[in-house]
Amino acid sequence: MEERKLIPIYVLGKKYMVPEGSTIITALEYAGFKLKKGVGCREGFCGACASLYRLPGDYRLHGGLGCQTVVVENMHIVQIPYTPAPKAVYDIEELEPDVSVFNRYYPELFRCVSCNTCTKICPQELNVMDYVNAMMRGDFETAAELSFDCLMCGLCSARCPAEISQFLCAILARRLYGKYLSKKGEFILQRIKEIEEGKYEEEFRRLMSLPLEELKKIYYERDLNLEIT
Amino acid sequence: MGYPEYMRESLKMVERTRPQRLEMAKKGLRNFVKPMSEEEREEVLRKYHPDYQPDARREVRVGPNKGELLTAKVAEVLESHSRIDPDNFVIEPPDYETDVLIIGGGGAGCMAAIWARKEGAKVILCTKLRLGDANSMMSQGGMQAAVNPHDSPVIHYIDALGGGHFDNKPELLKVLTTEGPKIAKFLEDLGVMWDKLPDGHYQTKPGGGTSRRRMLSCKDYTGAEIMRVLRDEVRNHPEDILVLEYNPAVELVLDEEGKCAGAILMNMETGEYTVVKAKATIIATGGFGRLHIKGFPTTNHYGATMDGVVMAYRAGAKLLYMDSVQYHPTGAVYPPQILGFLITEKIRGFGGQPVNKYGELFVYPLEPRDVEASAIIRECAEGRGIKTPDGHVGVWLDSPIIDLLNGPGTIEKNFPAMVRQYRRFGIDITKEPMLIYPTLHYQNGGIEINEWCETTIPNLLAAGEVTGGVHGRNRLMGNSVLDYNVFGRRAGIKAAELAKKTTVGKLTIEHIKKYEEELREAGIETKLVTPILLPEYRNLELLKKHRKEFDPFLPAGI
Ligand SMILES: Cc1cc2nc3c(=O)[nH]c(=O)nc-3n(C[C@H](O)[C@H](O)[C@H](O)COP(=O)(O)OP(=O)(O)OC[C@H]3O[C@@H](n4cnc5c(N)ncnc54)[C@H](O)[C@@H]3O)c2cc1C
Ligand code: SF4
Ligand code: SF4
Ligand code: FES
Repeated sequence: MEERKLIPIYVLGKKYMVPEGSTIITALEYAGFKLKKGVGCREGFCGACASLYRLPGDYRLHGGLGCQTVVVENMHIVQIPYTPAPKAVYDIEELEPDVSVFNRYYPELFRCVSCNTCTKICPQELNVMDYVNAMMRGDFETAAELSFDCLMCGLCSARCPAEISQFLCAILARRLYGKYLSKKGEFILQRIKEIEEGKYEEEFRRLMSLPLEELKKIYYERDLNLEIT
Repeated sequence: MGYPEYMRESLKMVERTRPQRLEMAKKGLRNFVKPMSEEEREEVLRKYHPDYQPDARREVRVGPNKGELLTAKVAEVLESHSRIDPDNFVIEPPDYETDVLIIGGGGAGCMAAIWARKEGAKVILCTKLRLGDANSMMSQGGMQAAVNPHDSPVIHYIDALGGGHFDNKPELLKVLTTEGPKIAKFLEDLGVMWDKLPDGHYQTKPGGGTSRRRMLSCKDYTGAEIMRVLRDEVRNHPEDILVLEYNPAVELVLDEEGKCAGAILMNMETGEYTVVKAKATIIATGGFGRLHIKGFPTTNHYGATMDGVVMAYRAGAKLLYMDSVQYHPTGAVYPPQILGFLITEKIRGFGGQPVNKYGELFVYPLEPRDVEASAIIRECAEGRGIKTPDGHVGVWLDSPIIDLLNGPGTIEKNFPAMVRQYRRFGIDITKEPMLIYPTLHYQNGGIEINEWCETTIPNLLAAGEVTGGVHGRNRLMGNSVLDYNVFGRRAGIKAAELAKKTTVGKLTIEHIKKYEEELREAGIETKLVTPILLPEYRNLELLKKHRKEFDPFLPAGI
């Protein structure tokens, strides 16, 4: 790090020299900020580090994850650690997987003007507009699939001219899909029943009373069966 | 960007040996590269695992585990001062009162909140960053649960026991493995989108040290999917669960009888301290990756600084297995922007192979984590690794072989996060391998608990990565997502039950004073103040120097 070339960036309009190749987060830290907000996992999974930036010679406003975006000379950066977006409160048990849930909880969803701004800003490169359209059609499966990699960073919502909170609608869609619409296996219920009826208790009792040497023997001699059944 | 030119030759060798390795995999890799025997495992661990090096451990001189050998860094962090001045801090009247206080907003904390509420308790959940900014958000690989007919909780138990070097607390491990299937179903009923087979049964993969397919997943966003659903559910009950973000706990509060009675919180934005009085308190603060033990990079989130362990220890709770650290075998070493990041074990579950600079497969890919990691360290120490421009060293993890084994598109479909991660830096992992080395991953030990998450302090419970005993001295992949769900749930239920029958006495923080005295008596001089809360990544001296050199017009102060 110490030997890397330093380049200028602008944070809230102020110039700082930071090592080339840094991400926005590590650049900010290098520049002397002790981050208390706008950073979480540091690995691209939590969406805490949403940032907006402009590049020299480019009028467009870009969105990115601070922990994943490498700084560029003369980049102007601001972190967006929070997007005001009130989550609807609902009882998942009493909902039905039907387009009417969006009418009830997020009626603004239907104001989408298909401008595609959300898709352009999404740091996960998701097709946000398409999942919004799928929700409007009540197509939960498509909405769930298209929005699955959403980190709930909020950038789409911050930019939407129709003031939709796409990512909140999307988690509702996914939960309804996962709970009510995805195909359910049968064996799991049988397994839970077996366990509740104490089918494995005897085996556990025996095993837990064995001396270490015998346990080791059982472990090292156990059969490996990695086939699908 | 992509890989530097000088690595091309080695990359070619990986390609050259791939057809042969593919053949071996198709015929069953175990027939060509045998899993290690007990003796072989012991030898590679002893010689190469960081925990077994002479400077790995030292005696802790104060507190409930006084005299025990602990990981050196852990001992150092435990022998530290409080942020609170016990002589001048005004503890009563408290700012909040509640039935159950939960410290930590990761998976264990959210699961506990959901279940404490179900059992009729009013809950305050305080957390350091945002709700869900936690290791729980990051797990990629999956969750173990014995959901297949040819598997059972008992087989799961044996796998985890052997993987944990037989040090697991049996009664905890039995609870873990027995409740797995129930948890899988519970999460599905909350709306978690598990990967499924066409008939609706869960898709399962093997993991390091498992003898059956038992790994449930949600692509490679398993943790994110579970965590965001749990978070959404917590937020569906604002009347019963108050969430305080950017409000870490900095010290526990006891009552005059020695029961835990809440905590002191610090508002990270304003610096203000508040006191929460609670009938039962649950610590769910996760792990310690950000301590960078032995200088290792880490997979952990920004707030993984061992806070819960420190607070509980100062209040008198006993710790278990804080002498053992998990290094994940496969952390990224190149490109430098993702140094230490996790490459999920599921890559090997799908057939990915660790190979050295000559393209040779040098270890059975699915050994338990500590064994696999040690074998990789050995390979590099003996000169068969690849050096990076930054001076790190690693071996290849051959990912393209996954598509050859399972059909084209398998990687894209199952590892969208990984593909995206590398694509951002110009590497296509469907065509080129990843360069990896072990990385600091998991706190194997922690606060000692019983089956209902009770610690040695009355009315103080703990769940998740902050606890010790469930996994012995080495956790298998997929068992800690299960752990935080199983024990988070139990902690919530138990805390609600305890709250019903508890009357809290006069509040006290005498234990902080006593701990300070102990430090003094042991002759310990330290400037360290804990909990650490957030790691320090600024280098103020270097910064000053560069400021002067490069831009005299910038203000010198920071
Ligand atoms: C990159 C990565 C991948 C992983 N993959 C897998 C996997 O595939 N399978 C598996 O089983 N396990 C995996 N794990 C491990 C697993 O995710 C964690 O062990 C588990 O999620 C821990 O859950 P937890 O709730 O105990 O802690 P966490 O989820 O870390 O939550 C702890 C919470 O407490 C908060 N906190 C910390 N200090 C304080 C304080 N002083 N006051 C208040 N709040 C505080 C933190 O900010 C955080 O929100 C992985 C871990 C990582 C880091
Ligand atoms: S930004 Fe808003 S209005 Fe535009 S496409 Fe997206 S959801 Fe629709
Ligand atoms: S869909 Fe919206 S909230 Fe989700 S990752 Fe993309 S921009 Fe962020
Ligand atoms: S810090 Fe979590 S996504 Fe960047």
